[in-house]
Amino acid sequence: MRNSIHERIIIASYVVIILFSILLIRLWQLQILQGDEYRRLSEENRLRVIKIAAPRGIIYDRNGIPLVKNSPYYSVSIIPAGREIDYSSLGRVINIDSETVSKKLYNRKSTFEPVRLKEGLSFKEIAYIEARRSDFPGLYIDVDVTRQYLFGEAGAHLIGYLGKLNQRQSQDPDFKNLPVDAFVGQWGVERLYDKQLRGIPGERIVEVDALGRELRLIAEKPPSKGEDLFLSIDIKVQQAAEESFGDRTGALVAIKPDTGELLSLVSRPSFDPNLFAKGVSQKQWDDFINNPKNPLLNRALQSSYPPGSTFKIVTALAGLEEGVIDPETKVTCNGGISYGRWHFGCWQKSGHKTLSLHRAIVESCDVYFYEVGRRLGIDRIASYARELGLGKESGLRLVRERKGTIPDTKWKTEKRRQPWYLGETFNASIGQGYVAVTPFQMALLTSIISSGGYIYEPTIIALREKPQMAKKLNIHPENINEIKRGLYGVVNEPSGTGWAARSSIVEICGKTGTAQVIGIKKDSKYLHEQHRDHAWFIAFAPCEGPEIALSVIVEHGGHGGAAAAPIAKRAIEAYIKSLQENNKKEVQKEGS
Amino acid sequence: MRIDRRIIKNYDWITLTIILILSIAGIMTIYSATRSPVTEETPNFYIKQIYWLVTSIIALILTTGFDYNWLRRFSYIFYGIGLMLLVIVLIIGKTGMGAQRWINLGILSFQPSEVFKIFFILAISRYLEEMNRQLNLKILLRLFFTLIALPFLLILKQPDLGTSVVIFIVFLALISMKGLEKKAATIIIIIGIVSIPFLGNILWENLKIYQKNRLVAFMEPEIDPSGIGYHINQSKIAIGSGRFFGKGYLKGTQGPFRFLPEKHTDFIFAVLAEEWGFAGSLFILFLYLALIMRGLDTARKAKDEFGRLVALGITTLFGIHFFINTGMTMGIMPVVGIPLPFMSYGGTALFTNFIAAGILMNIRTRRFEIFY
Repeated sequence: MRNSIHERIIIASYVVIILFSILLIRLWQLQILQGDEYRRLSEENRLRVIKIAAPRGIIYDRNGIPLVKNSPYYSVSIIPAGREIDYSSLGRVINIDSETVSKKLYNRKSTFEPVRLKEGLSFKEIAYIEARRSDFPGLYIDVDVTRQYLFGEAGAHLIGYLGKLNQRQSQDPDFKNLPVDAFVGQWGVERLYDKQLRGIPGERIVEVDALGRELRLIAEKPPSKGEDLFLSIDIKVQQAAEESFGDRTGALVAIKPDTGELLSLVSRPSFDPNLFAKGVSQKQWDDFINNPKNPLLNRALQSSYPPGSTFKIVTALAGLEEGVIDPETKVTCNGGISYGRWHFGCWQKSGHKTLSLHRAIVESCDVYFYEVGRRLGIDRIASYARELGLGKESGLRLVRERKGTIPDTKWKTEKRRQPWYLGETFNASIGQGYVAVTPFQMALLTSIISSGGYIYEPTIIALREKPQMAKKLNIHPENINEIKRGLYGVVNEPSGTGWAARSSIVEICGKTGTAQVIGIKKDSKYLHEQHRDHAWFIAFAPCEGPEIALSVIVEHGGHGGAAAAPIAKRAIEAYIKSLQENNKKEVQKEGS
Repeated sequence: MRIDRRIIKNYDWITLTIILILSIAGIMTIYSATRSPVTEETPNFYIKQIYWLVTSIIALILTTGFDYNWLRRFSYIFYGIGLMLLVIVLIIGKTGMGAQRWINLGILSFQPSEVFKIFFILAISRYLEEMNRQLNLKILLRLFFTLIALPFLLILKQPDLGTSVVIFIVFLALISMKGLEKKAATIIIIIGIVSIPFLGNILWENLKIYQKNRLVAFMEPEIDPSGIGYHINQSKIAIGSGRFFGKGYLKGTQGPFRFLPEKHTDFIFAVLAEEWGFAGSLFILFLYLALIMRGLDTARKAKDEFGRLVALGITTLFGIHFFINTGMTMGIMPVVGIPLPFMSYGGTALFTNFIAAGILMNIRTRRFEIFY
């Protein structure tokens, strides 16, 4: 009896030693084999890296007027840290329903990962949450940087807007160092120059406890502000242009002919970028997408239209350069010409009688240019059109652009598998038929003509000094001058089609255009709006030593002289005034 | 009281040293685990524990001062008192952490189920010592229904799953050490195997949600790291992050930053392992091994059957607490609320463990007094 209990005690001590060995092995495994991993996990528990959004660079116009302002964007987040959370009372405090709260909390990866509950808080909401924060440990308010667009709709297509990082961007290494909920440029200049504007986010490494309370600052790297950006646009011109469009749809592009700087880029209807910067709601987004006028479309670059009579500049220049006409060449207009079965009318059904090139441009006689076109042939017209910047992208990289169409015989065989007909040359000569251009291209063409054939790389960034010329067109100066005299006449001579652009403060040269939307020409009054013609006007000013060259299109605006010319005039006058003011300021500065 | 020179000479200084080192290490770790990282103030848990330690040392000295056979005489009375306390706690007890375990005595509250463990060991040992042959089924059944079933149910009712499991294992350990008839042993094993799923089911039905969660979490801690598995994961992170040399005393973060719940009570070993690393943990673990081995040795050398059984019971008590608690912090045992003897914060448990150690020392010291 006694012996056997002794034996059992010895057996018991073996059992103890076996159990003890299991503990030792386990301890070895946790602390030695997996020690580094667990040390890392404990550091992750303890340390939190908080990204501090850098203030974005400010965007100015060419005169140093700020177009945007940085503004704080408040959000409320929670770090659950394994605590049980009363969803409904939390939902009440931040004013969202408890289901949304539980859904958001359910989708997290780890209990120490902050969960964004609501964004874009108002000051009232912040005050309300702050007052009740102690009831919810781990709840905190954080702040990002977003934008306030000081001029609202004006320039929205150019300036663009900020938005949250999207799915694709968050995988892009370019956006790697940003806070998860950072705002980045999603449109326009904000997107194009995002890297410069963005700056470098700062970092705070803090020690936190399980309640998410910050205990100690371990390290801090302040953010560095992004670079400021000076745009080439003049916001006053931009505003004047946008206002003069009113409710009408269309676009305006203004270029400084001696530098290639864009002075203004308008696309109507526009949108308020402030909506996006506050985090656009699904409904607002749907409204934009479903709006038949498509405010998000940048018509200056993304829409192409037949240029109508504004294209006669190309036909005329080609005719002079190729020697098929000279300024004295006369053509008789009887209101139209017949070609085979077809009749090609002039807009003036009663005819223009016999006229020279100058009057043909001033009165925009279609028959004159049919004849020039006939003598040139489509291929020669097309090659001048391309020389003048039509049919290719701007190089601005702002949006995905339309190239437009400059048709020729090769194009017709390749695209339509048909031969070219002379009738099509007639149409092309007056900017109808297959010809399609963007408002930007027409502005560039105007700029080239106004400067006498000098081409500069177009830019939306203000240039500190006069840039290197990209190209000088090999064109006889007297021919360009002849065209320019014509354009002067359009606005300033009797029965000029562009009289509506005549200004008391500056001499304006221009050309009207009326682009047919449908084949049959009818009196525009009786047509539905969507069938009315597009109204074009291209212009530069002053006629000698031009400072501004622009193109305007008003969709379904009717006649170019009536609908588009006044808009061009207002934009030009705004710019001339702005120049005069700047000169005054400089004189004052020099005086003092 | 007459002080026998032999008592001084044979006094179990080793056991005393071990439990004093463990208790002091415990108080240091309680201080570190509860210190506030934000304010300079540290909650007074460690002060309370120091008071309890002083009280416990006095109790231990008194316990070793008389012959343990005096306990033998009163063992059934103690048992009765303990049972009464268990009933009282269910009626007027204070509820804490989902269980009704404490009796409030004004300045301090105490946990009858802790003290009952000792009374229980004394009573069973008294019952078994008189058996001069191997235990048969009839004796076992009588023993079970007279001494075990009632307290087992009362404690389970609190509910205190940990303590009920402990007293049941102590009972099994004592009867198997005493010696079972082959037939009885076979039947117990068969009943055990057969009833595991059945009992498991009944037990599962009657568990509180937090208890069920703990079991699920033990099986699959990765299911939801923020919920039920959270506790185990944070404990493993604390232990593992200590690596070989530890983060250093008062440098641990898992406890004071509140990532690890119950850091100064059931999970105190994790806090110690984080700060002292593998080296420090090994030292503490070997102290426990030494304590258990010395307990078994005391049982082997005890002068009589009662002493031997009491020594075995107390050693089993220490052993079960030690293995389940450390195993649970390392994630190889389910989380049942069992404190680490001598180290975890908790006055009644410390006091009880010191008295238990005192009895153990008493038995060792008096192993030569055969002619009492």
